Amino acid sequence: MLNIKEGSTSHSAYNLRSTFSDVEERHTLAVIVENEPGVLARVIGLFSGRGYNIESLTVAEIDHTGHMSRITLVTSGTPQVIEQIKAQLGRIVPVHEVHDLTVEGPTVERELALFKVRGEGEHRVEALRLADIFRANVVDSTLESFVFEITGTPDKIDAFADLMRPLGLTELARTGVAALSRGPEARV
Amino acid sequence: MTGQTQSAQTGRQMTGAKMVVQALKDQGVDTVFGYPGGAVLPIYDELFQQNDIRHVLVRHEQGAIHAAEGYARSTGKPGVAIVTSGPGATNAVTGLTDALLDSIPIVVLSGQVPTFMIGSDAFQEADTVGITRPCTKHNWLVKETDRLGQTLHEAFHVATAGRPGPVLVDIPKDVQFATGSYGGKETRSTRYAPAVKGDRAAIEALARAMETAKRPVFYTGGGVINSGPEASKLLRELVAATGFPITSTLMGLGAYPASGEQWLGMLGMHGLYEANMAMHGCDLLICIGARFDDRITGRIDAFSPNSIRAHIDIDPSSLNKVIRTDIPIIGDVAHVLKDLLEAWSAGGRKTDREALAQWQAQIGEWRSKDCLAFRNSDKVIKPQFALQRLEALTKDRDRYITTEVGQHQMWAAQYLGFEDPNRWMTSGGLGTMGYGFPASVGVQMAHPDSLVINVAGEASWLMNMQEMGTAVQYRLPVKQFILNNERLGMVRQWQELLHGERYSQSWSEALPDFVKLAEAFGAKGILCKDPADLDDAIMEMLDHDGPVIFDCLVEKHENCFPMIPSGKAHNEMLMGEVSTAHAIEAGGAVLV
Ligand SMILES: Cc1ncc(C[n+]2csc(CCOP(=O)(O)OP(=O)(O)O)c2C)c(N)n1
Ligand SMILES: [Mg+2]
Repeated sequence: MLNIKEGSTSHSAYNLRSTFSDVEERHTLAVIVENEPGVLARVIGLFSGRGYNIESLTVAEIDHTGHMSRITLVTSGTPQVIEQIKAQLGRIVPVHEVHDLTVEGPTVERELALFKVRGEGEHRVEALRLADIFRANVVDSTLESFVFEITGTPDKIDAFADLMRPLGLTELARTGVAALSRGPEARV
Repeated sequence: MTGQTQSAQTGRQMTGAKMVVQALKDQGVDTVFGYPGGAVLPIYDELFQQNDIRHVLVRHEQGAIHAAEGYARSTGKPGVAIVTSGPGATNAVTGLTDALLDSIPIVVLSGQVPTFMIGSDAFQEADTVGITRPCTKHNWLVKETDRLGQTLHEAFHVATAGRPGPVLVDIPKDVQFATGSYGGKETRSTRYAPAVKGDRAAIEALARAMETAKRPVFYTGGGVINSGPEASKLLRELVAATGFPITSTLMGLGAYPASGEQWLGMLGMHGLYEANMAMHGCDLLICIGARFDDRITGRIDAFSPNSIRAHIDIDPSSLNKVIRTDIPIIGDVAHVLKDLLEAWSAGGRKTDREALAQWQAQIGEWRSKDCLAFRNSDKVIKPQFALQRLEALTKDRDRYITTEVGQHQMWAAQYLGFEDPNRWMTSGGLGTMGYGFPASVGVQMAHPDSLVINVAGEASWLMNMQEMGTAVQYRLPVKQFILNNERLGMVRQWQELLHGERYSQSWSEALPDFVKLAEAFGAKGILCKDPADLDDAIMEMLDHDGPVIFDCLVEKHENCFPMIPSGKAHNEMLMGEVSTAHAIEAGGAVLV
């Protein structure tokens, strides 16, 4: 009954959907926060306290003079839960902005991962060959191991991990997702 | 917030402890509730050396927080409490959570071990900001005296701006001793500023929906009270302009007068039949400053099935949280109602008179079921009767009511009438037994000449009975009206109705002699058990200029009706035996 555009920002909850759907969606949120003590605990406490999912969370200060941090959060839930998550995040006092990158337009998402792969002979050669196909870099090597660095979407990293497992994957570290909107405009 | 210290550099030099007192004065604080301890001694030393701020020594920190809540709710100003580190702070947790769920603005200052000892498990160290993070709107640990002033002013701002709530400022002892600069009220950062104006288009849409509504109802809540007296005034104008019936949550009682023509009474789990049936049968639901709590909605999928829902709330997270809303309006109630009234009268809009008359007739039919009827007795005092008499004997006075939690609380909401906002203080969201007595202390501090009554259950009252010391010390003539059923009555009721009458642990055994208890504290005690004596006894309580414990022995097995059992719909109410309506038959009465 209202004619208000879809999509929501931290200032508007007028993202009207006619019904509460129970289809789960995956959303990537960019949350700009004041980098004060405890701010991350507030965000994480909100998710655990209200039973929301966190699939990935990364945080770092992006403005050292203004002490602002950007949290990139990947979460999943029904459209109503996603709206709640955004509204609840927006209520946290040191949170300045909440952006739903999934709704606001096309985005690029990247994650960095380090893989330690241990092996000899054929396995070692095969690991190196696959790393090349995936554009992974060798950042450390010994006669019996490699550490690969790979950047890509979470899916790509999953795929690389599947391939490395039989070839001697012994340790894996992932950063979680960082995301930006595509195009010339700064949305956040 | 962000370190805007340039004004702090030009500010006055003083110790952190002095800064605390100065900031409170600059905020216009006249009363604080608190309890001293090692980590707040410098602040107490400063309090000792001034006369502008009264400090009320409670007997337990939980009491301090509830008293601050009572002060806040009865004045509309933030309440202030001071507690020491460790156990002082942990004792404040229940009160903070209570204030969070009921959106009550309070500022709690806690002492902390010195900064250089934080993290060492020092004596009376607790991670206070960690513990209170989920039960405050925001909290701060102040590590530099230069930051203290601006943080305190920010704390008052956050507590009161937007949807109000409790905040806590944790102040290490060395920060209280050290000297820093204080720049006054202006030093706070101004970034936190929730929007108060509602969206014009949405307000227009609501006005249009009001024109065509055939079965409208206003459903109002604590947000109207929190928005200030202007909101209640505008609400009354809106109801008068439209002639729409109005109901309210437990939290919102008094925003619209109980004597008002359109008043349906409270809705919800123990709400009135006509209010709940109107919610179920309406075609336009206008929610103002309420949040579709489960005590209100009953079964969600059967909630108000045929209505367009409009929702006015200052907190965007309240919209579409529980119930899908068709017309969401984010804004402060007073601001939105002002614009709505304008949109209403500017358009020369008219309601559908004929449909409204039919709707009123239907409501009249529901009302005639007389859902609050009860079987009175001349042998034993019925709790409902006790409240009817209390109402009759006090309603024309300058009266404030607080309550504890349980059956007595629901009966008080049903049988007492509230004509104005800020006159009714009860723990709604958290349902905190032990709230009412300390809250009455806070209310009486704010309104020394008014009649303050705490309608209590004996079990709840015992939870914070230590505050008798406070009441006596400060000569606060609070009336503790205890409906003593020697039972955890509400628990007993659920056990009777839902757990096969297995009354597990719901007796109040070994109760004190309340009259002697009052006397032991130096107060007056009154015992009443005969309905014939009730009026005289109440008058005796009212005439006594001092705190009174009124031990009203009531029927032990009375149940509180109407009742929507958990998980049932509004039209599946259980009714008292005397009422003419029956739960199941009620379904047929719904308009489609
Ligand atoms: C702190 C706390 N503990 C437990 C409860 C659960 N509870 C709700 S009502 C009630 C009984 C209250 O008894 P009383 O104060 O005598 O009131 P009555 O229902 O008898 O009027 C209990 C135990 C609660 N609300 N708060
Ligand atoms: Mg009782």
